[in-house]
Amino acid sequence: MLIADKEKFAATLSEMADKLATLPLEETILVGIQRRGVYLAQRLVKLIEEKTGKKIGFGILDITFYRDDLSKIALRPVVRSTDLPEDINDKIIVLVDDVLYTGRTIRAALDALADNGRAKIIKLAVMVDRGLRELPIQADYVGLSVETKSEEKISVKTEELDGEDLVEVIKK
Amino acid sequence: MPWTKKDLLGLEKLSAEEITIILDTAKAFSQIATRSIKKVPALQGKTVVNLFFEPSTRTRVSFEVAEKRLSADIVNVNIAASSVTKGETLLDTVKNLCSYRIDAIVVRHSCAGVPHYLAENIEPSIVNAGDGMHEHPTQALLDIYTLREKFGDLKGLKVAIVGDISHSRVARSNIWGLQKLGAKVTVVGPSTLMPREIEKMGDGVEVSYDLPSTLKKVDAVNMLRIQREREQQVQFPSLREYARYFGLSTKLINQTPESLIVMHPGPINRGVELSGTVADGPRSVILQQVTNGLAVRMAVLFLVTGGTQISEE
Repeated sequence: MLIADKEKFAATLSEMADKLATLPLEETILVGIQRRGVYLAQRLVKLIEEKTGKKIGFGILDITFYRDDLSKIALRPVVRSTDLPEDINDKIIVLVDDVLYTGRTIRAALDALADNGRAKIIKLAVMVDRGLRELPIQADYVGLSVETKSEEKISVKTEELDGEDLVEVIKK
Repeated sequence: MPWTKKDLLGLEKLSAEEITIILDTAKAFSQIATRSIKKVPALQGKTVVNLFFEPSTRTRVSFEVAEKRLSADIVNVNIAASSVTKGETLLDTVKNLCSYRIDAIVVRHSCAGVPHYLAENIEPSIVNAGDGMHEHPTQALLDIYTLREKFGDLKGLKVAIVGDISHSRVARSNIWGLQKLGAKVTVVGPSTLMPREIEKMGDGVEVSYDLPSTLKKVDAVNMLRIQREREQQVQFPSLREYARYFGLSTKLINQTPESLIVMHPGPINRGVELSGTVADGPRSVILQQVTNGLAVRMAVLFLVTGGTQISEE
């Protein structure tokens, strides 16, 4: 089932950018979580800069080493790079990811961020909140809220990685 | 393609893809050393035993720092003071260690094949930290990582390995690894230190006895250490003569293309295979090799200890 086509995808990102633009941009860094979070964060940065004419920080976070299921995974996941600005101390960090589900990725991301410094505030922006949390974690900026069942799969595709922008629910 | 092996025994049996996975993973790990907290919980709750039957400072320290940065628990077994001296067999020693349900063993032994023998007989992952005159895979991987950092793609890159080729596990692992990634290897050294049929190794190795002319044709040179402890008998008349024909002096380096980089696996015999000025000079990447070694060893330990094991072919 299609949740968002190209137009709705763009409109959703634009709305999120409007809300994020109210933060004090000079001390804010959007940090994309590998992989699709990175592309979404890049687009948000671009949109915010277009809308406000002001610069906003950007970073990349890989959370592989912080996953709580590392010892359960049969094969080692591919480790991607982390690239954060020199100093995240006393900055406002907005974590950006495509889907918020169990909350475990975000828990790992919080651990990873803590090892890089002490941010003043950490916020969370997600394209889709599909519910079904396993940890007490909530997003501050949500593009789309979708009620799902755990046997369903949410697929967020991005132009950069998949050649198209869309959000859909897939029944397994 | 994911990593599927439970051990790292050598580079001879690895594919180019597998070597690339290790190098790419190492790149991700290299970033950790620049952070304020230089540690990740990737091996939390896992126990790694460093089992060194041969003296080693540099490799052992590098592995130990790597293990600590991965949050593993570490046991260093001091062989000189262990029950091996009381007559226990190798396998008994290791099986005893395995009874503690350890996850990985980093092993160095003066006999070739010890890591392979252990890997077949015990469950924990085995990482070869040097077996006799056979292989030293993590050293070769860090050499290759350093080359990749400097030159990007290794296809067509020309690398000279100079010195005691016949006693060198570093040379063997480097030749296999470099060839798999498409580099061309020339070995240089006195004929007494050149193993028979070396030219037939892998895809073929060029052999040279003339260092100055070889250095004009290569992109990088790896100067091996003269290993006095491994030589059964004297293989060249004097260290002075060796230094004169196969050492890299300031005068010689000035005759080479400026892009040539100098590597050395350490520890350096200053004034023998490498002059002090060259070792400390702008062409030298020796300390970068050490830094890269940490990232490479973190990557190897991370990959081999991965979850449920898939049996090796």
